[in-house]
Amino acid sequence: MFALSPEEIDAILLSLKVAFWAVAVSLPFGIAIAWLLARKEFPGKAMLDALIHVPLVVPPVVVGYLLLVLLGRNGPVGGWLYETVGVTVAFTWQGAAVAAAVMAFPLMVRAIRLSMEAVDPRLEQAARTLGARPWDVFLTVTLPLTGSGIVAGFILAFARALGEFGATITFVSAIPGETTTLPISLYSLAQIPGREADALRLVIVSVVIAFAAMLASEAIARRVRARISGA
Amino acid sequence: MSLQVDIKRALGDFSVAAEFDCGPGVTALFGPSGAGKTSIVQMIAGLLRPDAGRIAVGETVLFDSAARIDLAPHERRIGYVFQDARLFPHMNVRRNLDYGARRRGGETVAFDLVVETLGIGHLLERRPGALSGGECQRVAIGRALLSAPRMLLMDEPLASLDTARKREIIPFIERMCREIDLPVIYVSHAVDEVLQLADGMVLLRDGGVIAAGPVEDVMNRPDLVRTVGNGDSGSVIGVTVAGVDPEYGIAELSFGGGIFRVTAPDLHAGDTLRIRVRARDVSLALDAPTNVSVLNVFEGTVATVAPSDGPQADVEVRIGDTPIWSRVTRKSRDELGLEPGTRVYAMVKAVALDRPARPR
Repeated sequence: MFALSPEEIDAILLSLKVAFWAVAVSLPFGIAIAWLLARKEFPGKAMLDALIHVPLVVPPVVVGYLLLVLLGRNGPVGGWLYETVGVTVAFTWQGAAVAAAVMAFPLMVRAIRLSMEAVDPRLEQAARTLGARPWDVFLTVTLPLTGSGIVAGFILAFARALGEFGATITFVSAIPGETTTLPISLYSLAQIPGREADALRLVIVSVVIAFAAMLASEAIARRVRARISGA
Repeated sequence: MSLQVDIKRALGDFSVAAEFDCGPGVTALFGPSGAGKTSIVQMIAGLLRPDAGRIAVGETVLFDSAARIDLAPHERRIGYVFQDARLFPHMNVRRNLDYGARRRGGETVAFDLVVETLGIGHLLERRPGALSGGECQRVAIGRALLSAPRMLLMDEPLASLDTARKREIIPFIERMCREIDLPVIYVSHAVDEVLQLADGMVLLRDGGVIAAGPVEDVMNRPDLVRTVGNGDSGSVIGVTVAGVDPEYGIAELSFGGGIFRVTAPDLHAGDTLRIRVRARDVSLALDAPTNVSVLNVFEGTVATVAPSDGPQADVEVRIGDTPIWSRVTRKSRDELGLEPGTRVYAMVKAVALDRPARPR
């Protein structure tokens, strides 16, 4: 019963691809925003913080709809993208990645920010007195010591991106082979009488992937922590 | 190379306004907690910005509010040893030591010399997490030295260590200060550290400089004796070890006014050092005492009697040209009729003397 059909394998691979790109592309932004929130004081900081967290608290459908309005071919950003670079994100797998990235972003920023706030600013001061410029301090002291938080943020966001459903189906619909990620395939199967066994297979696959991601996250974070504390 | 500091900075309801110069050698920045010592050191390093003023090392101006000069910390080349070591936990000792050297391209002190002087050769491959507090502090000193600094700031580097660790690390700091030819600012509120390590001192209170000069001068100034001693006032005397009596474990220390006998079997003839005689360990007599157990009896003249309304009175006795402070009761002062010019015998128990500060 556990032989996966080609469509199912496609859905799994597509999900992994979407989630990976969603997280990989947003990681540098996640680190930058986490650093701003952890280390800097500026006007509008509370607003930025709230804005980042919006996807956590509004219904995912709302986020998907907003993305559609903004990034659709007739939207202000989507229209500009189409006319200048000829790129369309709505109803494509890249669009699915955008939706997943937006939904997973707050989790990523949170994890990185918490771990960055735990880095002792006095170590950064020490680095300054030893001749390191601000960027140098960030790359050689702050970032390495945030390592476990970055790993945790990456994996957490990846798991969230894999499971993304509401914003994705609203923004990019369910186009077979293009945007039918794992949760969307599962949803479709659940609508069809007599496909319970197939749906169950996908459920098991989802659980296994999520579980493996969490285990990997723990293992990597533990190695990073061990590398930092030494001994 | 010398350091000139003249800075002002408000910090909440406290403010620092300090002006002092210091030359080569070790200058202690001395004062009670809350005197502004750390703020001053942070301003020198560029970690705290003065509201106004000027800071210069040799010919290099680090900060000058009038000329709008304010070098960033990484441009100042000031080695800073923090109270809490602040080693990078994700790097081993060698990489910690190299951190500054790599960025400043070149060393003013050779790596091997620093590692050898501080006794950290066997720690190079370890992580800070596996070091003791004293070892961390030694590595931190080495890291600051290897960053090719113009001068070195040491902000109470021993404050977080227990007495045994302090004993272990002081000789390393002492050796290092003698080996390197850099001005060193040593922040401390411990008299014994200052006696042992510093050539000059700047006395601070409430954010301002009360006195500055050679350690003996500042420590013995009549008006400052109480301030310096933190209620445990005394005199500082430079001495030379004349000899050691191994049978009794007594060392003879010669000074301007005679010979001090102290219980210190581990000294060597010819060593020069400082001792501190606490005022409350010095008693006075008008007639030459006979048949007493006290080994140190000096004939001298009362120079000053500090005014006092309390039950105690501080009396400065000159033994030759050396001042020794004695704390007696006001009752004794009046009954003996102690006043400037009175001939007295000052007595100090050999066992009462603080362990002499080590050779300088």
